[in-house]
Amino acid sequence: MKTVRNIVALVIALVLTLSLVAVASADTVFRTLDEIKASGTINIGVFSDKNPFGYVDENGEYQGYDVYFARRIGEDLGVTVNYVSTEAANRVEYLETGKVDIVLANFTVTPERAEKVDFALPYMNVALGVVSPDSRVIRDLSEITADDQVIVISGTTAEDYLIKNNPEITLQKYDTYANAKNALENGNAVAWANDNTEVIAFALQNEGYTVGIPSLGSQDTIAPAVSKGNETLLTWINDEIKALAAENFFHKDYEATLVDTYGLDYEDSLVLEGGGLAE
Amino acid sequence: MPDLGLEVLWKGKNFVRLLGGLWVALRISLIAAGISVAAGIILGILASRKHSVSSVILRIWLGIIHIMPQMVLLFLMYFGTTRAFGWNLSGETAAVIVFSLWGTAEMGDLVRGAVSSIPAIQRESAEALGLQPVQVYRWIILPQAVRRLIPLSINLITRMIKTTSLVTLIGVVEILKVAQQIIEANRKASPNAAFGVYLTIFVMYYLACRLLSLAAKRLEKHWR
Repeated sequence: MKTVRNIVALVIALVLTLSLVAVASADTVFRTLDEIKASGTINIGVFSDKNPFGYVDENGEYQGYDVYFARRIGEDLGVTVNYVSTEAANRVEYLETGKVDIVLANFTVTPERAEKVDFALPYMNVALGVVSPDSRVIRDLSEITADDQVIVISGTTAEDYLIKNNPEITLQKYDTYANAKNALENGNAVAWANDNTEVIAFALQNEGYTVGIPSLGSQDTIAPAVSKGNETLLTWINDEIKALAAENFFHKDYEATLVDTYGLDYEDSLVLEGGGLAE
Repeated sequence: MPDLGLEVLWKGKNFVRLLGGLWVALRISLIAAGISVAAGIILGILASRKHSVSSVILRIWLGIIHIMPQMVLLFLMYFGTTRAFGWNLSGETAAVIVFSLWGTAEMGDLVRGAVSSIPAIQRESAEALGLQPVQVYRWIILPQAVRRLIPLSINLITRMIKTTSLVTLIGVVEILKVAQQIIEANRKASPNAAFGVYLTIFVMYYLACRLLSLAAKRLEKHWR
């Protein structure tokens, strides 16, 4: 009786889920540039616990490299910015359902993501990096044995890269940055793979950790993303990024938000002006 | 005393923000609990009759809720309804709906159990005295069943309060998320803040749940 009941329930659950997915993407979900301007508010998805890209300060205000740009977008569009706290794992979903207009959450451009969302011109460079405790610094992925585990955050490029290129490595997955950091500090795994900016910052800020592998995989870029097909908003953002190159906007952004974390050494290698086309 | 980084709590509005986060968590779970208790009692009474349509519905409903992780339900309710029907529920509304669906199913099952546990002779005696079916429930069955239910429903509500930590995945900033924001914003200045902040929210969760169970104990005594 119990199994019959479970099977019935399972079938119903599946049908429900499938019907939800099947009807998906019937209408346009996003708001065009004019609709956003008319409403007077733009919804921008940012991280709220990822210092120094997107975080919330002690007064409850959003701050960081991504937020600095978001604020400028709001000013230039003449609308108020409504910040939406996103996680790495739900950024695509937020755009696919039009619940935010733009995601500015350290979003690395990948071909898989580009099928689901539209990326604007990039405003930052990034590669993957691996940080590990000083007691056993991992300098090459081959040093990771079958007994070791590596921390990744679900939905990040580091997770995709390791699954694709190093399926033999056992991954320990976390949903939030805060949890992943706690896990490494508690010694739950031998290393943490993430964007190199993230691991460089972590090692600089926390005694006893070294970035053994500073650059893994290909050089990627970070860009704003909008819902698939939202041409008007995409064009506006691209024009904005090109126009901002004249005032070296992203260098100012770096000096206002990232310099404490990465120092001046990384400024020119990390920052991209005008989508990297203008310079 | 080890450095717990407790100073971050007094920076700016941090402590008020934590309390605000606790309020969000409590608001979602208490509203959902209220709906669940009301709807669960009705559903449970209807389902306590064997082989009724409502008992089948309850069983299927419970089955779905039991096999689906809360996180999947939250995603379906928040993002899924937008995709399928174009609804634009706020994160908090979606959370309240999911928690109510979950709570109603579990409450319904608890009520069904409690009502069935009242000896049949009670109902028969009441009927023999000439009470109408509604009166039987109102004056005979429910007063006894509800008393047995209080500890069980407090268990459900405290579980709900704890499960609110998942709603951050649909953009609702509740206490755990605020805690992580505070820890993260102070990574450099107070590297030990994680201990102090988690300890603080542990105490906050504890006090909230403790107050609830104290209130429940009172109620139980009051009705004895």
